[in-house]
Amino acid sequence: MAIRFMVNGKPHTVDVNPNMPLLWVIRDTLNMTGTKFGCGESLCGACTVHIDGEAKRSCVTPVSSVEGKNITTIEGISPNHSHPLQQAWVELDVPQCGYCQSGQIMSAASLLAKNSNPTDAEIDEAMTGNICRCGTYQQIKAAIHLAAAIARGTAKPTNSEFDSVAPGVIVGGAK
Amino acid sequence: MSVITTGIDRRKFLKTSLAGATGLIVGFYLPGRHEVLAASVAPADLNAFVHISPDNVITVLVGKSEMGQGVATSLPMLVAEELECDWSKVRFEFAPAARAYFNPIMHSQLTGGSTSIHTSWEPMREAGAAAREMLIAAAAQKWGVAASECHAEDGEVVHTATKRRAGYGSLAEAAAKIPAPANVKLKNYTEFKIIGKPFKRLDVHPKVDGRAGFGIDARRPGMYHAVVLRCPVFGGKVASFDATKAKAVGGVKDVFPISSGIAVVADNTWDAMEGRRALVVNWDEGPNANVTTESIFAGFSKALEKPGVPAKKVGDAASALSGAVTKLEAEYRAPYESHATMEPMNCLADIREDGAELWVPTQAQTSSQATAARIAGVHPDRVKVHTTFLGGGFGRRGRADFVADACEVSKAMKAPVQVTWSREDDMHHDFYRPAALIRLSGGLDSSGKLVSLSAHIACDSVLNWAFPGSVKNGLDRTSVDDFYNIPYDIPNILVDYQLVPGPIPLGFWRSVGSSMNGFFRESFMDELAAAAKKDPYEFRRDLLQKSPRNLGVLNLVAEKAGWGKPLPAGRYRGIAVVEAFNTYVAEVAEISLGQYKNVKVHRVVAAVDLGQPVNPSIIEQQVRGGIVFGLSQALKGEITIEKGRVVQSNFNNFEVLRMNEMPEIEVHITNSHLAPSGMGEPGVPPIAPAVFNAIYAATGKRLRKIPYRPDDLA
Repeated sequence: MAIRFMVNGKPHTVDVNPNMPLLWVIRDTLNMTGTKFGCGESLCGACTVHIDGEAKRSCVTPVSSVEGKNITTIEGISPNHSHPLQQAWVELDVPQCGYCQSGQIMSAASLLAKNSNPTDAEIDEAMTGNICRCGTYQQIKAAIHLAAAIARGTAKPTNSEFDSVAPGVIVGGAK
Repeated sequence: MSVITTGIDRRKFLKTSLAGATGLIVGFYLPGRHEVLAASVAPADLNAFVHISPDNVITVLVGKSEMGQGVATSLPMLVAEELECDWSKVRFEFAPAARAYFNPIMHSQLTGGSTSIHTSWEPMREAGAAAREMLIAAAAQKWGVAASECHAEDGEVVHTATKRRAGYGSLAEAAAKIPAPANVKLKNYTEFKIIGKPFKRLDVHPKVDGRAGFGIDARRPGMYHAVVLRCPVFGGKVASFDATKAKAVGGVKDVFPISSGIAVVADNTWDAMEGRRALVVNWDEGPNANVTTESIFAGFSKALEKPGVPAKKVGDAASALSGAVTKLEAEYRAPYESHATMEPMNCLADIREDGAELWVPTQAQTSSQATAARIAGVHPDRVKVHTTFLGGGFGRRGRADFVADACEVSKAMKAPVQVTWSREDDMHHDFYRPAALIRLSGGLDSSGKLVSLSAHIACDSVLNWAFPGSVKNGLDRTSVDDFYNIPYDIPNILVDYQLVPGPIPLGFWRSVGSSMNGFFRESFMDELAAAAKKDPYEFRRDLLQKSPRNLGVLNLVAEKAGWGKPLPAGRYRGIAVVEAFNTYVAEVAEISLGQYKNVKVHRVVAAVDLGQPVNPSIIEQQVRGGIVFGLSQALKGEITIEKGRVVQSNFNNFEVLRMNEMPEIEVHITNSHLAPSGMGEPGVPPIAPAVFNAIYAATGKRLRKIPYRPDDLA
């Protein structure tokens, strides 16, 4: 059965088991691997994407349920790595192993879209579904505050000429 | 691409190809420096690699696995310090599997034991220094001046008198023809420009936009995805199975048995998982089907009825105890723990008749390569290992069981196959941190001085599981770590060990033996301090006068945490100090108890002495990470066994610390210039005892098992 939806502004039609979670369609069918598999049970948040702007766990979202919807993944959150959260994450050097960070950023982006200046408690509430085994929580919280300030124009990252990865930096042996 | 050889032995020089490289590869081996290494390591292979391209970009090949601990940044910093280059031009690339990258302590390409900085400290700086000298020599040749008239700065060679300059990129080709210097002089710490600076991680950008390639992200043309159904009981195997329904699942390509269970191969991971759900299997559960956590601990208890293998003996602990004025005895226990890396185990293998390729998140390139070679039936040299980013490691990825899965399935399918473990697979088939039981006794004299300490430890051996047969005479030192090398000045000590073999697979778990023994020892020290009616910090301080580095971090943490100063109502402190892998860490935890006796950790202050800090920002990250990992052990998940299998399956019943439980963590690093040790693991051990000592301060109740459960205070 063909299922149509948009991912990061581009239309896709897939012909897969309609029960297949969106996660595996994104990763294995569309080969966009920034969205991660962590638990398969909506327990860790690594697979978080936006569906029509709302943060959702793609590992428990059947692909049939996103027919006609707009999906945003980490690859599509900004055209040039310029999202305030990405700037703040770089500024504060948040990631360690980095595996959970796509999901962390997607959850945080959903929070900031609704709440431009969240308190610590509001951040806790929005982010507690995202596990980081490396223990970057303290930096994530600081980076969300910083991103909110960048978005409001009250802070500027020192790496304002944000330029993604310079040529030559590898992104792991997998690509 | 050309290769600079060192002039030592061109034939033995390791040839490597750098993906996309157009410039020069500079390889180094400095004679005489590392000849003490294992004879099995061909000396000419001991290189660090620096690639300098015409556009002045400097690529450092990192032979260690990046699992969050920062080696992809800190090892290039070591090279760059001596190379005198512009840090903004420095990149990293993961090295292939080769003897050149063997860990000299482990005689294998293996990232573990918090050894990366320690074992790279001299070789990587020497590589940078030798490259610098060769570039200077090349410039001097070009200009017809003496090399001694030139110096290097910011990625250029400068003729000091005339200020004539040439960029490294323009000199690299000529430098390739110049023999490496036989000796290089390394900088004194007062000259450091890069080492000791909190540089940003080189891998941060691809980790915020989804481009960082983890093993699970590897893709190859024509590949299949597979999962494996394994017997839930340790030691069990497949008796019979019916794949009819599984093969009928759309997308499933094949179903067949492999060594670890039954493989289901499909076009994508989900279809493979659906196929697996449809499998009908009869298991032969084997001899362990009745094993439980309690039956294992009963075995430990029984073993402790007899004396164990001595691990340390000073004076006469038994007679000193019998003569003591105050005697304490206590039994502590620690559970099995799962690594629970965020990226479940996985490997993509392409087994061909003439060789093999792996794309794998591994801490152990050499054993991954050997595993693939064995299964492919080729020489290990025919196996190319692409090390990806690792979504956490913590010791789990030092094993190659998941590599074997992928290799067996790929060989059968004659195609590239990625085997992905589900979270449940990962939790049910880990190599766990050992469960352990310890009986401790201590004696104090009339002045409250600790005159006798005995520790009798029972657990299975991690080393025997990792390297079968490696434990001789029944003594696995990881099982008695922190006791056989106890730093406290005690006149009579006895430490012994009962190795109790069992069916639960064991492995290295972030900080290994110290993860449990740190809890046991530092909790019992607190008990002894209380019995001596002394402050727990002062009690330790008085016994550490002959151990300056332990004493240093203990004093530092007490000062920074405001030990002894009043706390807000309802807040309590605990303290602990543990050395692991030659890094000294003291931590103070500040807690409160909630309405339902839930423990809230508000603040943790840590003091660390790991010698010369290479990158203080990464060190801080690792201390924080270690504390979070240790808090999960202290307060959250444990692995238990029923009917020979693991009860827990996912993050709902093996809980880990989440953001709402995160304390404020403050890290203080001592100002030291000793050769550095590692920081990947040593942040873990002190936090559990610091928290439990704070619980004692809050309640007067001594809890002797982790993890904490509110019922324990009932």
